[in-house]
Amino acid sequence: MPKRESPEVPAGAMADIAFMLLIFFLVATTMDVDSGLARMLPPKVENVPDDTPPIKERNVLIVQINSMNRIAIEGLPIDISQVKEKAKEFIANKAKLENLPEFEIKDIEFFGSVEVSKGVISLQNDNGTTYETYIAVQNELARAYNELREELSKEKFQKDFDELSSDEQDAVRKYYPQKISEAEPRNIGKK
Amino acid sequence: MSKFGRKNKGGSPAISTASLPDIVFMLLFFFMVTTTMRTADLKVDNKIPYSTELKKLEKKSLVSYIYVGEPKKQFRALFGTEPRIQLNDQFAKVSDIEQFITSEREAREEAEVPQMTTSIKADAKVKMGIITEIKQALREVNALKINYSTKKQIRK
Repeated sequence: MPKRESPEVPAGAMADIAFMLLIFFLVATTMDVDSGLARMLPPKVENVPDDTPPIKERNVLIVQINSMNRIAIEGLPIDISQVKEKAKEFIANKAKLENLPEFEIKDIEFFGSVEVSKGVISLQNDNGTTYETYIAVQNELARAYNELREELSKEKFQKDFDELSSDEQDAVRKYYPQKISEAEPRNIGKK
Repeated sequence: MSKFGRKNKGGSPAISTASLPDIVFMLLFFFMVTTTMRTADLKVDNKIPYSTELKKLEKKSLVSYIYVGEPKKQFRALFGTEPRIQLNDQFAKVSDIEQFITSEREAREEAEVPQMTTSIKADAKVKMGIITEIKQALREVNALKINYSTKKQIRK
């Protein structure tokens, strides 16, 4: 049989097929960018004699959350909305008060030698605290640091923190190092 | 008279749809590449809390996930309603975390091990007791980089 030239394959349906696949992937896609609060756990405590001098009381801000999800700073009950202000006041200690953290002189790029606060925030929680409250407090504390860094970069570089170069960001981070200590577990305020 | 005068006055010409598949394919490939199929079947309720100060997790291949929450309805008969840990595809105990982290480490290159992060995806209603136990277990195996998984909250 004499073969004739094969007819062209219609490509009109191609779009339909592609659309179908497209819609499948559109539906199946979960574009959840994993994000969260990054923290470093303290290294495991070996049984070595502790030679480090104890941290002075004025350098520590104790934040406690009890099993009823109530928050206390330095033993005084406080609302979650005020945690950030308290933390900022503590970290920056702009008025150089006696009962707020000491400073140490550090050499930081861009800033020269400056006084860096030695303050540490110690977050203690009860086994009965809900995770949600815990994260909310962690978030407020992180916000305190971030706002201070933001203010500093505005003051020093006249720019938002996000717009700084990575070297500048590191310098600002060194100026306000995020020191949130997650204490050893214990039961506080259990009833 | 003019060069640009319409040649066929009656009816607009049909738009060529020949390039439509190309456009659709382009979109298709984009979504195929960006799609991350959920790797683990969640067996626990997992409504993660909200926060505003979150950071993006970098290097997804270096992240191991620990899910915490109450078992889903179909598993309640077997596992009760107490919050449980889920590693990979199954329920686990706190003591299994050590094994889990070790096997996760073995799957990676040695140079990347220090950058490995453990993402704790815990339900907002979970009590801190179990989280603290997980944290202690992670300290035990020296997996110190952690990330409390949260969703972005829009502040008004």
